[in-house]
Amino acid sequence: MNAEPLWEVFVRSRRGLSHIHVGSLHAPDAEMALRNARDVYTRRQEGVSIWVVPAASITASSPDEKDSFFDPAGDKVYRHPTFYDIPDEVRHL
Amino acid sequence: MIGTWDDRSTAATPLAPLVEYTLGLGDDALVLAQRLGEWIASGPQIEEDMALANIGLDLLGQARALLSYAGELEGAGRDEDALAYLRDERDFRNLQIVERPNGDFAVTMARQLAFAAYQYELYGRLKTSADTTLAAVAAKAVKEVAYHRDHATRWILRLGGGTDESHRRMQAGLESIWPYVGEMFDPEPAVAELAASGVAVDPTTLREPWAAYVDGVVAEATLELPEPRFHGRGGRRGLHTEAMGYLLAEMQHLHRAHPGATW
Repeated sequence: MNAEPLWEVFVRSRRGLSHIHVGSLHAPDAEMALRNARDVYTRRQEGVSIWVVPAASITASSPDEKDSFFDPAGDKVYRHPTFYDIPDEVRHL
Repeated sequence: MIGTWDDRSTAATPLAPLVEYTLGLGDDALVLAQRLGEWIASGPQIEEDMALANIGLDLLGQARALLSYAGELEGAGRDEDALAYLRDERDFRNLQIVERPNGDFAVTMARQLAFAAYQYELYGRLKTSADTTLAAVAAKAVKEVAYHRDHATRWILRLGGGTDESHRRMQAGLESIWPYVGEMFDPEPAVAELAASGVAVDPTTLREPWAAYVDGVVAEATLELPEPRFHGRGGRRGLHTEAMGYLLAEMQHLHRAHPGATW
């Protein structure tokens, strides 16, 4: 049993541009969560920056809504920019 | 003053001052690392197991560097393992505070605050030591112990200002550790010359900056500074509390039962 709130942990790696979700942990408050995250998730130099977010503050999509949320995008291939002939003069695209 | 151990006739064999000094600092780190390791799988939460294990491993790293250097200075062919595993109680130079049993979490946090704050002041000065090896060890370690001090501080603020029960137990934790605080700042005649030549740090100079930090934390946590009724001393001369023998038995038995065993 653990009465302390749950926190989601995001770590930005040395070469990363954004914080990536790495896991969760329990802590009494944000300051302690940050320190626990340092000890649990960055002991092998995984990161240079940490965010902790109260798990309760995250509004997540529900697995039940998966069909209505994501399936409609499934047959709209024209949303991918793959229908253009790229002129030879354009580089680095 | 009651409850002091001051029997010089049974104390450790004296070594060259720099060996003695290095060994003392190394033994402090080694013994506290062993104590913190006892928390693994017994912490109040798995996150805290990790935190205390990390702190213990930082200390073990300091111990390895310091004991290896002490062995090298001594020149008698003893490496870090020989010093850690093959010495008996009277040859350990650690302060008594680090060998004190873990008690409950509050006792461990009281010990962590007192000792990490001491190491923080010590290493902060030792990093400019005239001895380049000690200076290098201290420069690395001071960053580690800054985190140890911060970790203990945050817990003590929360336990002191938490529930009636956490406040009561945190106060009891301070009371049980404070008799061993004074020894950290006792004069060490053996290192007086080293301190004068800028190699070692005179422990008596650390009390004031230590107290400026620790007293502030205790006050902010709405706790009372204990007024210890005795002052343990003698660790640097090999005189230890009853807890030490049991700690060594556990720490050393594997190495002694299987000499030369490696991973």
